[in-house]
Amino acid sequence: MPLDAGKTDTLVSVRGLSMHFPIYAGVFRRQVGVIKAVDEVSFDIARGETLGVVGESGCGKSTTGRATIRLYKPTAGSVVIDGKDIALLEGGELRRLRPQMQMIFQDPQASLNPRMTVGSIIAEPLDEHRPDLKRAERQDRVRDLLDRVGMNPDFANRYPHEFSGGQRQRIGIARALALEPKFIVCDEPIAALDVSIQAQVVNLLEDLQDQLGLTYMFISHDLSMVRHIADRVAVMYLGRIVELAHRDILYEAPKHPYTKALLSAVPTVEKRAQERIILKGDVPSPANPPSGCVFRTRCPVAEARCAAEIPALRKLSDGRQAACHFAE
Amino acid sequence: MSERREAAGPPVLDVRNLETVFRVRDGYVHAVNDVSFSIREGELLGVVGESGSGKSVTMMSVMGLLPSPPAEVAGGQVLYQGKDVLKMSKPELRALRGGEIGFVFQDPMTSLNPVFTVGFQLMEPLRIHLGLSKAQARERAADLLALVGIPSPAARLNDYPHQFSGGMRQRVMIAIALACDPKVLIADEPTTALDVTIQAQILDLVQRLREELGMGVIWITHDLGVVAGIADRVMVMYGGQVAEHAPVADLFARPQHPYTRALMQTLPDISGKRKERLFSISGQPPILRAKPSACPFAARCAHAMDICLKQNPKIEDRGAGHDVACWWKPAPAEESLDAA
Repeated sequence: MPLDAGKTDTLVSVRGLSMHFPIYAGVFRRQVGVIKAVDEVSFDIARGETLGVVGESGCGKSTTGRATIRLYKPTAGSVVIDGKDIALLEGGELRRLRPQMQMIFQDPQASLNPRMTVGSIIAEPLDEHRPDLKRAERQDRVRDLLDRVGMNPDFANRYPHEFSGGQRQRIGIARALALEPKFIVCDEPIAALDVSIQAQVVNLLEDLQDQLGLTYMFISHDLSMVRHIADRVAVMYLGRIVELAHRDILYEAPKHPYTKALLSAVPTVEKRAQERIILKGDVPSPANPPSGCVFRTRCPVAEARCAAEIPALRKLSDGRQAACHFAE
Repeated sequence: MSERREAAGPPVLDVRNLETVFRVRDGYVHAVNDVSFSIREGELLGVVGESGSGKSVTMMSVMGLLPSPPAEVAGGQVLYQGKDVLKMSKPELRALRGGEIGFVFQDPMTSLNPVFTVGFQLMEPLRIHLGLSKAQARERAADLLALVGIPSPAARLNDYPHQFSGGMRQRVMIAIALACDPKVLIADEPTTALDVTIQAQILDLVQRLREELGMGVIWITHDLGVVAGIADRVMVMYGGQVAEHAPVADLFARPQHPYTRALMQTLPDISGKRKERLFSISGQPPILRAKPSACPFAARCAHAMDICLKQNPKIEDRGAGHDVACWWKPAPAEESLDAA
């Protein structure tokens, strides 16, 4: 598996991606401001690699994932997937590229239509994008997909409510695989599952990656699971990437004060309470972010400079990127 | 908490052989079977288990909070300072709930009433249980908000729940639960819906309050990491019964029940050596349509023997207050999971 996106074959390349949502108010619904859900985010994902994206709720990690596969139209920036910039594509042109990028959603209960059989849920992308397939071929493909995600192919005629959370997530994965995508955004795929089931689904995702050479963007707030599955990890705070590094160096020696606090806050069996860095207060509103560094209001090492200057995401000596004036 | 606090004195809350069933269309679901535990002053009991293991239903039964029908507490005793809660009249129960025993529910988004101010909801228990005047209650409510770390508390009493963030709402819930200086606080997954940084704030707060107020705390969670950090004792539940119940250090040093062991192995680590592949427990948790006559974990257990399918193991002490309900026993050399 390639570890350094710099020299290997890049599949996804995002530059300066911003996703701003307008705020309307008053009788005339005039625009009074914007929520900067994602602001100037840049990253690469190599072919066959898994990029983990972590951060607290509201930090823009899901929005980044959705904008990357054009479920949103980004406000600014470019998204190049397999050599083609899809940021501004429209209509049929975008539609033809859809099969190569798919998504696995958080809540398998909500993302599967309760009135469709499992077979028709999985076949739906095929109906849309592969009209050339004959009925029998389509059925074979559905059975094949169910088998691939570790489910009995005879379950194709059943309905989603007949399955447990873990099995439903497998169905969601089978649907995402139907069009043989290159790139899959996994948005909190295990958050709704019990711990004993989480490991089953994560192992399945890893097996599929090995067998099919998939590229993942794995969005999660579970820092331990991201360490397990990801090759590189991006840490987001209030719409920006604050640190982006190979998982080993990130977890061993985080450089950005937010990453340090986030990692120290994870309760573990080995680490007892004393070493925790406890951040004061809550995440500021993305409609009215602090000036300069967005993290300065909760940062233990903030100085006057942090209020005046936005720290750029810059490369450090060990190859990682961090957006802090004081990161060495 | 580096050392386990030696809890002394008689238990504040003592639950014995609790059984809860739910009546469903074609029979019963045996959600809680023969669960016993107790908690002393200043002690924190962690309750761990996956959804459907019966941990929330146990606590709701203890407080008489389950709607009946369909729920029915079919047997057992819940002794609060020697009195059986299950036999109490409605007024007695009302005095107990919110007064002597505080309850924090899992979801901070839905457990506050959106049409009343936070101040009103905080003052309600104070006026009912402690008989304070409006002015006194208001003053104490502001103190409580300050206690849980909410800035400018007096002003925020006039705000509605939607004006608070998720972490702050959960802190408000804790403030309400603590309003009447309860002897016991039952917290049902209080931090599951929150981000880790906010969770760290809440864990810190509960730890401090426990020391200051000497409350007994029951902390329900599915996160073994949380439990390792704050609990004195841990009770692991599976299939509506207690699988293992032990002092926290002992549980992590020599886990005995295959379910506990598997649970510990499925978790990825945040530091140390990275596992190449996660250990996974195959299969699904049981649906308890009948009172289990075999071990409920047997179908998923790596160590299942013939007897496991025939007889449900009784919970018994394996030394140092380490109770286990299992027929299998790890060899002494294999007790610790670190060696593997």
